[in-house]
Amino acid sequence: MTGRSRENYNRNYIEYVNTFAPPTKHFKTCGRAFLVGGFICCIGQFLRYMLELAGLSGDMLAGTVSVILIFLGTLLTGLGVYDRIGRNAGAGSIVPITGFANSVASPAIEFKTEGYVYGTAAKMFNVAGPIIVFGVSAGAAVGLVYWLLGL
Amino acid sequence: MSELWEILLMFVKAFGVGGLICAGAQLVINLTDLTSGKILVCFMLGGVALTALGLYQPLVDFAGAGATVPISGFGYLLANGAMRGAQKGLYEALTGSLAAASAGVSAAVVFSFLMSLIFRSHTKHS
Amino acid sequence: MQHQTIVFRNRPRIVAVSSVAGTKESEGVIGRYAETVLSDDMFGESTYEKAECKMLSHVIDGAIKNANLRRADVDMIVSGDLLNQIISASFAARDFSVPFLGVYGACSTMAESLAVAAALVDGGYCRRAVAATGSHFASAERQYRYPLELGTTRPPQSQWTVTGAGASLVAAEGDGVQITSATLGKVVDFGVTDVNNMGAAMAPAAADTILTYFRGTRKEPEEFDLIVTGDLGALGSRLLKDLTWEKGLDLSQNHVDCGEIVYNVVEDEFQGGSGAGCSALVLNSYLHAKMMAGSLKKILFVATGALLSTTSAGQGESIPCIAHAVTLER
Repeated sequence: MTGRSRENYNRNYIEYVNTFAPPTKHFKTCGRAFLVGGFICCIGQFLRYMLELAGLSGDMLAGTVSVILIFLGTLLTGLGVYDRIGRNAGAGSIVPITGFANSVASPAIEFKTEGYVYGTAAKMFNVAGPIIVFGVSAGAAVGLVYWLLGL
Repeated sequence: MSELWEILLMFVKAFGVGGLICAGAQLVINLTDLTSGKILVCFMLGGVALTALGLYQPLVDFAGAGATVPISGFGYLLANGAMRGAQKGLYEALTGSLAAASAGVSAAVVFSFLMSLIFRSHTKHS
Repeated sequence: MQHQTIVFRNRPRIVAVSSVAGTKESEGVIGRYAETVLSDDMFGESTYEKAECKMLSHVIDGAIKNANLRRADVDMIVSGDLLNQIISASFAARDFSVPFLGVYGACSTMAESLAVAAALVDGGYCRRAVAATGSHFASAERQYRYPLELGTTRPPQSQWTVTGAGASLVAAEGDGVQITSATLGKVVDFGVTDVNNMGAAMAPAAADTILTYFRGTRKEPEEFDLIVTGDLGALGSRLLKDLTWEKGLDLSQNHVDCGEIVYNVVEDEFQGGSGAGCSALVLNSYLHAKMMAGSLKKILFVATGALLSTTSAGQGESIPCIAHAVTLER
């Protein structure tokens, strides 16, 4: 039997299984994501004001805010707290920059048992690698387009 | 007094906009079963696209950290760096994005490495 | 072998068992029956893989000790686990200097190893063989899913890999639970691709093996005190009952799923426990104790396994599954 005909044969079963899919609680999950995500952004805003008082401005201000948030994200990951927040908050803790930090730090910590070179360092971007790859590619594309437009 | 009021309003705007972006991502997760890695990529690319179209800058001006802290703000940073670089030349246009995001990426790498020296992963109970 | 079923004429028996339960597992009913209860899921080791390996050698040793035997009295160790290249089982066997057969049937490994051990003993090739299986939540999680500390949400269909291991010492003679037959399952794939919904993927395999057994041997489900499935979870159990009902077999009276009973509260774990250690732990603690006490006389033990890997899932393949059944009588 080829793959395709097997798919047809089993479609009834898959459809039947899908009738048991537990209802997703949109209101609850999105509400939590809203609260936690908003709270993390407020921490960012708070840091912004504090650093502004300390005399930082412009790019350095924005950079320092994200560095501090990334530090907090990696620290909470190391302490084993961030995944617990993530389990309840969902996207609320995935989407902020702390979630990016978590996705870099968690494989780094996880795979250190396989050594610092082929474990920690090689697998550090296991989860977050795509963000860098697509981000840098998209950024270069935007830069190229703007450069061509400016010619 | 009005200055304090303004700061408070800024917090409310950051909370609202940041929260809405996260709630939107959660809705996408609920409806499509995308994993967290794909969600991050999608929202980052969304940030790049909106910035390139000039739509994200007003949001950053409006909500501050509410727009820069979510991963779409990372995309904003990348695209903004590339656009600024493009005014200088081709070399800066291609390298500008990562240069702008270098603080975040360096911090993630360095802190993660430090944390991996200190901590080990914990088994979970729930 | 007829209708996929081997009937053991000499009725090899399980003369001793041993089991170890992780911290979370020992909170439930299983904690009262497991021989060893861990206070730390690392089991004093430096990595989760080493801990899983130690759990396996611990239960193999425990079963040998409970039968008042020495390691040299055992002719064969049949063992498996969930990790790549079944490292826990083979590394555990490294310390024993006893012939070793590594078996892999994902979460069905306990039934598979028990069937192989019973066949070797029944055929007179071995006097005593140990069948052992285990799994560890943390090592399975890092191999199959994400790093432990990554903050992701768990979909509601997902199951929780059991930290635990169990071993049965099968011997040609002695007092114990008799193994009367083994039904070896076929690989069944109904096209489920959702790696978080193992129950739905494995239910057709379980149904296939159970139907084959009852049709081939012309027995009725009522003859059994319990029909125990491995780790279908709440949803998978429901699907199994529907699938067999469709074919004229009513399991609703005496079916129970190890994954459903292994944890106290099924709220956090959503569908219940899973993993190779799930059925191994429940069989070698709770079920064995109940059979020795006489409150269960005859059970059909059906362990189910999903034969996928991260590579196959990444390439979009559906999940082939298998189920092996063993009948146990007292």
